Amino acid sequence: MSVDGSGALVVDRLVAGYEPGLPIVNGVSLVAKQGEIVVLLGPNGAGKSTLVKAVAGLAPISEGRVTLDGRDITSLPAHAKAKSGVAFAPQTENVFAAMSVIDNLKLASAILPPRLRAERIQAMLAMFADLARQRDLLAGRLSGGQRQMLAIARALLIDPKVLMLDEPSAGLSPKLVEGVFSKLAEIRKRGVTILLVEQNAKAALAVADRAYVLAEGRNRFEGGAADLAADPSIGALYLGRLAGGVARRGLRS
Amino acid sequence: MSLQFLVDGILAGALIGLGAIGVTLTYSILRFANFAHGEFLTFGAYATLLIAGALGAIVPDAGQALGPFSVGWAVIAASLFAMALTAGLALALDRCLFLALRFRGAAISTVIASFGASMALRALIEFAFTSRPAYFTRELQIAIPLGFGLRATPDQIALLALTALLMIGVHLMLTRTNIGRAMRAVSENPALARVTGVDVERIIRMTWALGGALACAAGVMLGLIVQIRPFMGFDLLLPLFAAAILGGVGSVPGAVVGALVVGLGEAATVEFAGSQWRAAVAFAVLILILLVRPTGLFARPT
Repeated sequence: MSVDGSGALVVDRLVAGYEPGLPIVNGVSLVAKQGEIVVLLGPNGAGKSTLVKAVAGLAPISEGRVTLDGRDITSLPAHAKAKSGVAFAPQTENVFAAMSVIDNLKLASAILPPRLRAERIQAMLAMFADLARQRDLLAGRLSGGQRQMLAIARALLIDPKVLMLDEPSAGLSPKLVEGVFSKLAEIRKRGVTILLVEQNAKAALAVADRAYVLAEGRNRFEGGAADLAADPSIGALYLGRLAGGVARRGLRS
Repeated sequence: MSLQFLVDGILAGALIGLGAIGVTLTYSILRFANFAHGEFLTFGAYATLLIAGALGAIVPDAGQALGPFSVGWAVIAASLFAMALTAGLALALDRCLFLALRFRGAAISTVIASFGASMALRALIEFAFTSRPAYFTRELQIAIPLGFGLRATPDQIALLALTALLMIGVHLMLTRTNIGRAMRAVSENPALARVTGVDVERIIRMTWALGGALACAAGVMLGLIVQIRPFMGFDLLLPLFAAAILGGVGSVPGAVVGALVVGLGEAATVEFAGSQWRAAVAFAVLILILLVRPTGLFARPT
């Protein structure tokens, strides 16, 4: 059962990975309450991406449970998870490049009841003005920032209970990162639960309510985002390295 | 010089195009080259022949030629049944053979399995119907002049029109409907399609059914214009793949353009170099495109 209220995503001692006997996520538990922004932090290889992929149905789960609103969705196939209210925007290849912006949205709208489809597409175009201007452009021709916005819009279109984003700031300029995170704050105000994987710890902790730090596929730390940002020992362990990582990634991209 | 080869080329291109649409869809969505696609054409033609024969025996006049055309409504009705049957054959093959191999990740075993299926199906058809050519009709048709010294029979004109309609239909389905968008999504990125709510297994089944039905249509047309024989589909396999790859795997307009290039190329070769060079055209096109632009003419952005 959900820990507290509706819209809660509960991950209970989850074990997941691609090879049998080689778990990447090794017993992680977390809770995201309705309307909360929860950020997953941790060094590379900690299992953050695999965790959200497992919740979305893309990485095989071998043990543990995932519940949404108290309903067990652990073993649903990915498309059924989407239907039950789990939306996911992967880090890379998160839009259909060979399809127009509007076709990306129409595709996602197909799991909604027919009477709601046009309305939700209009809502997304109203929320993401850039996309409305480029509705007939192939998604592959969008800029990096617009592509990320389309990935978020595509995921958000199905009116999900929980929106999971894998590194939405990767490869974006600081100004665009700010745009993405202010959009997330706006989405949260509508009652959508957001689970965020981020390397850009500083920007993520600024908008998040709570954070989980993972290492080697296990829970290492959890707490309020503000506490985590202020705690020097945690900062030295994970965030210091990550802050450097952000600068390096900027150079690389 | 006669320009008649243009008519022959466009006709051949239309036939190849119908088959190539199925190839390009299954290739891009299932991610392997299905060598048994040629046998879908053959199966469809023989199934139509059988059903049309049965209809002709049960219903008087069903075999009577319609207007200027060489066949009666028995063949037309039979081809619709046969399209459903060929779709069923493709689904059965997927269920019994390819489904088991799909998740093992070794594309090459799937390709080899399809090659085996191709040989087995061809041998079965040959066993059942012998290798002697069969015909939907023995009627002779007079080609009517189209102007500029070009001629075509009423059958040929009807087939061109029907092919154009089927191609436009498939194109509209892919671009305007939810199923079509889902097919394009699966072909580009199956994982993202899954999290976007697409039931990928269902889309794969629909792709097989569509590819099978179109292959049957192409087989019936080939049977009408030339003849029905157990190797008819297999002999068309190379032009089908040449057309699909030339057009860019996954692109329906590309497959049609590629097919017209191959068809016209073959006809021009027969006209100017001699019919012994005809079979070399598809090879030449395939080699050239793989060297110069391996993604095909209508490559999609990434």
